[in-house]
Amino acid sequence: MKKSASLSPVRKGVAASAGLLVVFLAAWQWGPGLLGVPTFIVPPLSMVAREFVYAWQFDHLLLHTGVTIAEVLAGFALGSLLGSFVGYLLGMSPTAELALSPYILALQIAPKVAFAPLFILWMGFTVYPKILVAVLIVFFPVMVNVLTALRTIDPDLINLARSFKATRAQIFWKVEFPTSMPPMFAGLRIGATLAVVGVVVGELVGGNVGLGYLLTFGEGQADTPLVFVSIVMLTLVGAIAYLGVILVEHRVLHYLPERHVDGNI
Amino acid sequence: MLTPPVSSLTRLEYRAVTMRFVDRHGSGLTAVRDVSFSVRDGEVVSLIGPSGCGKSTLLNIGSGLTAPSEGVALVDGSPVAGPNAQVAFMLQKDLLLPWRTVTENVMFGIEIQRVPPVERKERARTLLEKFSLAEFSSHYPHQLSGGMRQRVALARTLAIDPHVLLLDEPFSAVDAQTRIVLQRDLARTLAEAQKTALLITHDLLEAVTLSDRVLVMSRRPGSIVDEIAIDMGQRDSPLARRADRKVNDYVARLMDRLDIAHASLDHEEAGGTE
Repeated sequence: MKKSASLSPVRKGVAASAGLLVVFLAAWQWGPGLLGVPTFIVPPLSMVAREFVYAWQFDHLLLHTGVTIAEVLAGFALGSLLGSFVGYLLGMSPTAELALSPYILALQIAPKVAFAPLFILWMGFTVYPKILVAVLIVFFPVMVNVLTALRTIDPDLINLARSFKATRAQIFWKVEFPTSMPPMFAGLRIGATLAVVGVVVGELVGGNVGLGYLLTFGEGQADTPLVFVSIVMLTLVGAIAYLGVILVEHRVLHYLPERHVDGNI
Repeated sequence: MLTPPVSSLTRLEYRAVTMRFVDRHGSGLTAVRDVSFSVRDGEVVSLIGPSGCGKSTLLNIGSGLTAPSEGVALVDGSPVAGPNAQVAFMLQKDLLLPWRTVTENVMFGIEIQRVPPVERKERARTLLEKFSLAEFSSHYPHQLSGGMRQRVALARTLAIDPHVLLLDEPFSAVDAQTRIVLQRDLARTLAEAQKTALLITHDLLEAVTLSDRVLVMSRRPGSIVDEIAIDMGQRDSPLARRADRKVNDYVARLMDRLDIAHASLDHEEAGGTE
């Protein structure tokens, strides 16, 4: 009793997390059988693991995953570059913001994934429509966060720089740009996971490569384990993208006070 | 301890300055009306008055951040047309940049003014030593106490070596003890470097212990209704002044001029100054 009370909350949390994983995996393995759920509805863990090895050997799982990763990276990079660029542009020009905000809002409300079939009509069964959906979907959270950061900047901070006779460029690079970093990274975190959604939707709609394609292929074959493998791989791709952003964020925002428990998102 | 000589050279001058704002309903609002006064080289002048009387507006005009509706502000005899290197301001907020270390924050102004890097570092080092912050030079602002942060802000203000310092309630956000220490540091620094300063404050004791003269402003539209010279010497040592009984008389006079005994809170503007 005494020992467990002396454990730090972080260690307790990690232990509980690991325990939950074991429970989840066990439930996956034996739960369906015990409940009488047929394996073509929910295949047990071992079956999915076997399917993984099979897909790796015979279904080019690595190639599909690689293509999806490349599309996610391209979409995420382009989308966040474009989003931050437009965010800074609108943030620095209230006139441009006023003029463009209704259209941006309309585009933001429109479900981006609905554009996927259109992009495939335009560009065919290539990687480009997938990347484009991701670009579109990543664009908004990044742009909105950058724009809000510039809008809410303390005017006294700008005045301080101005009182030192700062040029417009100096104000941007020395005050506005660094101030926008924390909200921008919040946007990038969201964007990293959304990029995967965009790419998968593109792959589901058309093409013959990528995890989204593997997903529909598995569906067509009534190969439930393959569908599960694809979902697991997509989750991994998303997790890696998200972790990548967090790693860079820790580097860039090293000056921020440490958060006590680093599990909050 | 002696009070540094105040020369007759005028460093900062307001000539018939009037400032009107137009609010969102389109009606005008006069913040300050026909304000004229001057501050001589090496002199420290405090500006006191009720909330919303336009003190901060005057400061913004002096630093060239806003242009007056009428009249003119002059620094070293030439009209202020925009921000200039002779004037530096410091606010209640320290406005330190969280991504810069203490040294980098002190260098913020001189970096903007493109002072060569070697000299920048040298100036920052000297100032940080002076304010006993040398051991914190590579700390980030969030690692410092409020008083230390405000000292860094003062060092940043002095780093550009301005002729005139405009101080807008610089110590009102720190606790009482820290404030006394900061007032001591400021008074000593201003005396040593013979800087000219215009200090806005709500703290009457601060006004009396730190300045050569106190200007009293009326309620909005603000204008200067009284000028009280503080004839106590020892301007470089607020602590010595605090110990002097004459301080009480001055504070009592200022309270009387501000009509504090009869003021009610309804006259206070919601949201503080300006």
